[in-house]
Amino acid sequence: MSNRPAILAEGLQKHYGKTHALDGLDLVAEEGTVLGVLGPNGAGKTTAVRILTTLLKPDAGHAEVAGLDVVKDANALRARIGLAGQYAAVDEYLTGYENLKMFGQLYHLSGAIAKRRATELLERFDLVEAAGRPVKTYSGGMRRRLDLAASLIVTPPVIFLDEPTTGLDPRGRLAMWDVISSLVSEGTTVLLTTQYLEEADQLAKQIMVIDHGRVIAKGTADQLKEQVGGERLELTIGQGGNLEAALQAVRPYSIGEVQVDKQTRRLVIPVARGAQQLATVIRDLAAAQIPLDDLALRRPTLDDVFLTLTGRAATEEGEPTDTKAEPSLARSSR
Amino acid sequence: MSRDVRIDEPLVPQTRSALYWTFADALVLAKRNLTQIPRIPEELIFSTIQPIIFVLLFRYVFGGAIAIQGTTYVNYLMAGIFAQTVIFGSTTTGIGLANDIQKGLVDRFRSLPMAKSAVLTGRTLSDLVRNVFVVAVMWIVGLLVGFRPAGGFLYLAGAVGLLLLVSFAFSWISATIGLAVSSVEAAQSAGFIWLFPLTFASSAFVQTKTMPSWLRAFAEHQPVTLVVDAVRGLLLDQPDATKIWQALAWCIGILIVFVPLAVLAYGRRTAR
Repeated sequence: MSNRPAILAEGLQKHYGKTHALDGLDLVAEEGTVLGVLGPNGAGKTTAVRILTTLLKPDAGHAEVAGLDVVKDANALRARIGLAGQYAAVDEYLTGYENLKMFGQLYHLSGAIAKRRATELLERFDLVEAAGRPVKTYSGGMRRRLDLAASLIVTPPVIFLDEPTTGLDPRGRLAMWDVISSLVSEGTTVLLTTQYLEEADQLAKQIMVIDHGRVIAKGTADQLKEQVGGERLELTIGQGGNLEAALQAVRPYSIGEVQVDKQTRRLVIPVARGAQQLATVIRDLAAAQIPLDDLALRRPTLDDVFLTLTGRAATEEGEPTDTKAEPSLARSSR
Repeated sequence: MSRDVRIDEPLVPQTRSALYWTFADALVLAKRNLTQIPRIPEELIFSTIQPIIFVLLFRYVFGGAIAIQGTTYVNYLMAGIFAQTVIFGSTTTGIGLANDIQKGLVDRFRSLPMAKSAVLTGRTLSDLVRNVFVVAVMWIVGLLVGFRPAGGFLYLAGAVGLLLLVSFAFSWISATIGLAVSSVEAAQSAGFIWLFPLTFASSAFVQTKTMPSWLRAFAEHQPVTLVVDAVRGLLLDQPDATKIWQALAWCIGILIVFVPLAVLAYGRRTAR
């Protein structure tokens, strides 16, 4: 299977009543790479992961993971995949060690090997001190690490991480990125779902954006950012400042069309290497005696991808998107 | 955090028959469920205190007002208490399953190359073991308040065996309910509420001949009465073969109906 993609899905369909959770989803991930699947809550990310990990049967379409059909070869496939993330849990009353040993036994390792493997994974995920404590006492980051360790017991060639950093603090998130990168450098194929463009950007070679159960855009992080317009400088001109004069002053920095909103007195300027140009933009505006109420350099976010691709925000609340705020953390509850 | 998460040694799964794994995986999960019990002490304490309160209330509050021919009320009562305790105890099966589904553990189990049935059999097995413990506690409590079983060892062992079979059978009903409803809270109340009329409108605490005729018709033919009568006969050294066979038939009938129903409910519940 050396030349086959590690994950291949074609025309996956899944309906719940009249809701099309998946509506002809196609996915491809080459061996040893990270495929980032981006989308808002309810886009179909989790349904796709559940089908690819044999938890759910598709209504139509076909999918292969590690060369095995997810429906016909489901049993054989389960020995070759790992699943971690928001839904695949560990037992909170067992200790970290007991959890890993139990999952090892359920992978049908012998008792002795399951024990040794548990000890090893605890060491490698920096959980030795917590090994004898019930998981209930773990921090969010520790839980996620144990969860990931549990999915790596038999070193599966393909792992599925369903929003592995949702709810983690920045430090926990960086640590998780670190682990995922090292897995991939060792040849594991990872399918990662996330709501954060930044996360996919950090880790994924290929990114697919899905909405309403379909891929609406795909490419590398850079390609997607180009599609949504790259960095933008946003200026709000103070009362009394001349909008036309401001437009003239910033035009040299623009690499595209400058949007002007007369109502809010806002200019949105697509720029390249905006950080390096900030100082001169401010100087030029000051020289032209144009007062500024606000100034921000924005990088594209998942919200921007969605606004550009679908004309609506990724977050459920239709509020104007504050770029610094993260996309909604609300978990879809089942 | 270390970067190297692979090891050189091959992690080769053992190859055994599917039947072997059906049992081995169920035992792994049963052990997991039993490991949890002492770590949630409040749950065990309250589920033991409840039947103790029943014993004390019935023995000392109602006991004086209820006359039983041929034996003391406490000797009469304990068969009912044992049956009620294991039947109430079986509700933990459905609650435990609903909990595992809600927390995502069942999804993890289903993504593993383990026997599918183990989630259900592991849970019903561990609840059986838990009920052995609860029966033992109630036995001691009974002895402390004057319970004096008259049956020989074989009869007493038979009574305990029948109680455990009842516990196992009701666990599968509880599993079906826990899997059919959509939340842990629903599993809790739906699993419990119907057991009150079933255990009280029976010969567990009073003789059915004291009930109005319409209730008697129900009480005398429902499984709890048959089980309680069979167990009581064995405990008091007056075994009634008919009642024992009827009780066994009920248990087996329940298993024949509810094991497939629970499996079906599990399949439907997890296919969402």
